[in-house]
Amino acid sequence: MKALNQVFTNYKDASPDDLIPILQDIQAQEGYLSEASVREVSSFLHLPASRIFGVATFYNQFRFTPTGKYHISVCRGTACHVLGSATVLEELEKKLKIKAGNTSRDGLFSIEVVACIGACGLAPVISINGEFHAKVDRNAIHRIIDEIIAKNAENEDNK
Amino acid sequence: MNIQLEINNKIVEAQQGETILDVCKRQGLNIPTLCHIKEVFPTGACRMCVVENLNTGKLVTSCSYPVEPGMKIATHSKRVAEARKVIVELLLSNHPDDCLYCARNKNCELQDLSYNLGVRERRIRGVKNNHKIDTSGVSLVRDPAKCILCGRCVDACSRVMGVHAIDFINRGNKSEIGVAFDKGLNTSSCINCGRCIMVCPTGALYEKNHFAQIIEAIDDPKKHVVVQYAPSISVTLAEEIGMPVGTDVNGLLNAALRKIGFDAIFDSSFSADLTIMEEASELIHRVKNGGHLPMFTSCCPGWVKYAEEFAPDLIDNLSSCKSPQQMMGALIKSYYAEKVAIAPTDIYSVAVMPCTAKKFEAQRDEMTHQGITDVDAVLTTRELAQLMRMYGIETDQLEPEVADSPLGKRSTAGKIFGASGGVMEAALRSAHKMITGEEMQKLEIESVRGMDSIKVAHLEIGGIAIGVAVVNGLGNVAPLLEEIRNGRNDIHFVEVMACPGGCINGGGQPITMDMENVKQRMQGLYRIDGNETLRTSHNNPDIIKIYEEYLGEPLGEKSHHLLHTHYQKREVLV
Repeated sequence: MKALNQVFTNYKDASPDDLIPILQDIQAQEGYLSEASVREVSSFLHLPASRIFGVATFYNQFRFTPTGKYHISVCRGTACHVLGSATVLEELEKKLKIKAGNTSRDGLFSIEVVACIGACGLAPVISINGEFHAKVDRNAIHRIIDEIIAKNAENEDNK
Repeated sequence: MNIQLEINNKIVEAQQGETILDVCKRQGLNIPTLCHIKEVFPTGACRMCVVENLNTGKLVTSCSYPVEPGMKIATHSKRVAEARKVIVELLLSNHPDDCLYCARNKNCELQDLSYNLGVRERRIRGVKNNHKIDTSGVSLVRDPAKCILCGRCVDACSRVMGVHAIDFINRGNKSEIGVAFDKGLNTSSCINCGRCIMVCPTGALYEKNHFAQIIEAIDDPKKHVVVQYAPSISVTLAEEIGMPVGTDVNGLLNAALRKIGFDAIFDSSFSADLTIMEEASELIHRVKNGGHLPMFTSCCPGWVKYAEEFAPDLIDNLSSCKSPQQMMGALIKSYYAEKVAIAPTDIYSVAVMPCTAKKFEAQRDEMTHQGITDVDAVLTTRELAQLMRMYGIETDQLEPEVADSPLGKRSTAGKIFGASGGVMEAALRSAHKMITGEEMQKLEIESVRGMDSIKVAHLEIGGIAIGVAVVNGLGNVAPLLEEIRNGRNDIHFVEVMACPGGCINGGGQPITMDMENVKQRMQGLYRIDGNETLRTSHNNPDIIKIYEEYLGEPLGEKSHHLLHTHYQKREVLV
């Protein structure tokens, strides 16, 4: 796998201590940690796959499925929590029929929970592919998602 | 340097670097532990072993806390007793209440602790976790709901066995023990050795059971049910039936198996003798003809799977001999079937083994020819004891009996297979005869006996220099493999036994973590070797007969067909 070799070249004399930065680099590049990349890291660092998976699942930041075409970050920081982000997340999960951390079957959406986006004035806030949606509630979730689905279908038709 | 400290108002001496637990144990103080494994660096994760440091007023984990001069320790103060009880109550707060249905009922450390510390009510109610039971493995079942996250299985798998198929995954109240990518054990690097079962304090890990098929076969008048038992069983069954550790109960074992209803009873020590004939011949052949060296033993199915996964480059170095279990299985459905004139398809072949990996070995593709499996079902020692209880067999009512002919007579060389170094010693006894034509003067080879992790000996047999190594515990094999890859060539023959101490401490044996027990089991085997006169495989009259009547010669065509196999690289997530 060429792409990972590029990551590995940044880690000369790598030791198991470099595991987390390496996983971060891979995720930044590939969007998630695949079984194949874990296998590569395992032979690069001489670490068992179970240990790598154990470390990676300890941290919220790592995911094991590719992100969807539309990647939704739901802020669960204090301000958003107080203003109802739990409901927002629940509604989103129900609407898309997936749990946070997963990707929908059609590959269109994925949900990620983040600690704080740093936009507390807009709470509760979600970000879709980097675009912020402020003060969202149940209704807003349905509107936003339906719009994306419609727009996506239109684009597909035009192709 | 000697340190003085005070434990329970008594001045005691200790060595620098010892833990409080070490010193307390020496003083005969009973401190409960859960996550602690003697051979592994302590983590203090479960906090079961807390004691009170009266100087600081703190509760400290005695398994990981080193002694200090002038320390004042209380091991059973009111505070300590309460803390321990709460720890157990917390562990029980999300534990399933199904002891009655549990594989480890009456043999569970959590149950014992709960009883001993006087937990009589559920004061703390936790949310039960909703884990699925992993039944994907051929040998082992994992029930994460019963797991208390002590981490002993992870230590055993990674540090003792060097496999590291499992680890802690997720975190906080979602923590569990699992394999990479949360898959089943069957696709992991698990070698089925059952080390994890031996260290598990609860019923979170147990072997996959085949009672139903076995009982059905016994009950079926059309089936001729044959059983074989491994060399170590006769010295380890004793513990399960309330006799002193290491007692040889071979006669009672035969009687019990016959009473259960097995039609013929054979001793795998016979096929161990046969393995020696084939393996020693193979070694000599390789040495004389420049074959792949060093040659590794292939009796241990845990080690074989490890080699397929972690050392595929050295697979040609594995002996092509099947294990004694599989050799016996193949002979039962060929040689024996012909003798008694029963179709192989009407024979049901059961093996009683000290080992959970034997269940895996029995179902390997390589072990089935034209739809006939060598061995149909494998029971562990623990399961045999259970089967005996189910059939209401009281061993004190039994008279010792002997195994059946023609596959029941053994030498003690086959018997010591059950101890680490035993295969090596047995093989050298016969190799000596094969090379020089003379018997070895002194049959005991002390340098390959005992509990050392690696045992190396250099011998000269009939002018041929032979270097041998015995790997005792799979965690010790990786450095040797690396040396061999880097060109080490003074070793010609390597015995590898995955479990520390050999099969007497196999993953299917009576549960124990006490290496003293293991040593006594080992002595039990060597006592048999010391007391009997037929001590070499090549002098076993039934072995001589089977070559005359049926097999021809070691490494001959019939042997090749029935008793040898090959292994191949295995793609798993390691």
